[in-house]
Amino acid sequence: MGGNRSRAFWPLAIVFGLFVLFLYGPTITIVVLSFQGPEGGLTFPMRGVSTHWFRNLFETQMVGDFGGSFTRSMILGGIVTVVTVVVSFMAGLAFRRRFPGATALFYLAVASLIVPSVLISLGIGLMFRLIGEDPAWWSSGLGAHLTWTLPFGLLIMFAVFNRFSPAYEEAARDLGATPWQTIRHVVVPILLPSLIGVGLFGFTLSYDEFARSLYTAGTFNTLPLEIYGMTTNVTTPVLYALGTVTTGVSFLVIGAAIGGVVLLRRRRGG
Amino acid sequence: MTNRWSGLLLASPLALILALFLIVPIGTIVVVSFFDYDSVRMFPAFVWTNYEELFLSPITWKTYFQTLQFAAITWAICLIVGFTVAYFLAFHIASPLMQTALFLVCTIPFWTSNVIRMISWIPFLGRNGLLNQALMGMGAINEPLEFLLFSNFAVILAYVHLYALFMVVPIFNSMVRIDRALIEAARDAGATEWQVLRNVVIPLARPGIMIGSILVVAVVMGDFVTVRLMSGGQSASVGLMMVNAMSLLQYPAAAANAVVLLIVVLLMIAAMLRIVDIRKEL
Repeated sequence: MGGNRSRAFWPLAIVFGLFVLFLYGPTITIVVLSFQGPEGGLTFPMRGVSTHWFRNLFETQMVGDFGGSFTRSMILGGIVTVVTVVVSFMAGLAFRRRFPGATALFYLAVASLIVPSVLISLGIGLMFRLIGEDPAWWSSGLGAHLTWTLPFGLLIMFAVFNRFSPAYEEAARDLGATPWQTIRHVVVPILLPSLIGVGLFGFTLSYDEFARSLYTAGTFNTLPLEIYGMTTNVTTPVLYALGTVTTGVSFLVIGAAIGGVVLLRRRRGG
Repeated sequence: MTNRWSGLLLASPLALILALFLIVPIGTIVVVSFFDYDSVRMFPAFVWTNYEELFLSPITWKTYFQTLQFAAITWAICLIVGFTVAYFLAFHIASPLMQTALFLVCTIPFWTSNVIRMISWIPFLGRNGLLNQALMGMGAINEPLEFLLFSNFAVILAYVHLYALFMVVPIFNSMVRIDRALIEAARDAGATEWQVLRNVVIPLARPGIMIGSILVVAVVMGDFVTVRLMSGGQSASVGLMMVNAMSLLQYPAAAANAVVLLIVVLLMIAAMLRIVDIRKEL
């Protein structure tokens, strides 16, 4: 607000700094502790520095099925991302005009966000049990994750379309573009940064989802289920090594998405 | 006319997915909550025993009370922290680039694993953790504090850690859309910074506060992972009660509890929604 800072600036800045420390401090601590020496424990002090626990992580018999669950989570995250982006974008287009059932669908999407995750997990699990299907991460698990990522996607699309000028589309139409050409060559390129954002939500929320996977993943665990299982029976820093690796993957994905958006903005000189 | 139908067509994938994986499952829960069961399986039936057992057990009431308490305390702390952080970002950071960057800094943890973020409190709060070491080093305490990890304190700390963001984002969103001229006008009329906050900023940020409150209350009411991990089995929540019933294969009991929880959560949210229309806020 203006050039000169008010008296409240520094106290608030300190609160903000503490909040950021509170958010990141614990994660940084386990990253440091994951490099414990082979004799080290779950808390400080560090007993030497090594990559012992990371090597430990990749020995299957030591800590369950890290490789398999990681692969499943990556594939599932990829599918969820694509479905979330496409379905949210389509629904976002639809909601720009009135259509029968629009209000009901909107409230359904909001409900999907606020109905407790464990309930959805339980419901889908019971549903599969009653129809005699075995739940699996790519069927029931996928559906469960979409009930979480789609509402986020839809809300983002609402926010995006509220700020999107229809003049671009009208111009395209005046120049003779078909509806499909207008979307393909005008709407999608303009909204690409937002679609990347929707994709980021889709992937990361799916990749880290625990409660909705609990009764829907079936026989083969996804990564968060595997991690949760480890918290009860693993008492070595290998747990932190796993935390470091998964957080690292999340940061890579977030970095790639943010980098992509920044790059797009820069190319447009915006 | 064609527009109406193309809208319906475009929205149909979303409607289909939500029907199949939200409405039908919840319907299933309601149906199963009337089923009968023994120690190995459940049978289709229409009995009220699952609800009777639920309501007649004092543990149910205690657990609901405990869960509501978690929700209330977490909500209050998240509100104070979230409001302060959003206020700082919206009104005290002048450069839009810096604002976006700091906003992202707050958002990034939301895209990482909750379970890992909970585990990461162990080296801080444990018996030999950093906090105890520091307090003992300063001579403030002689023995390690036992209540830090595996306690209600740890549960609430983790809730705030995980969900304060649900408050920051909507409040920030409301605040950046406040017309700066209103604040200038209040100042020119002689309002102090505190009066501007009370009489201009807070009323106009109310929709964001309500949305944040709904999200925080909803996630805490339905949680079981945080309570199990952070209380070390010493505390309970409604979600945990359901999960325990599931692991004993008492599906209808879990379903009855789920129906009650859903009704409680929806009533709480309906009460909050009366105050704000979400669609106008996006």
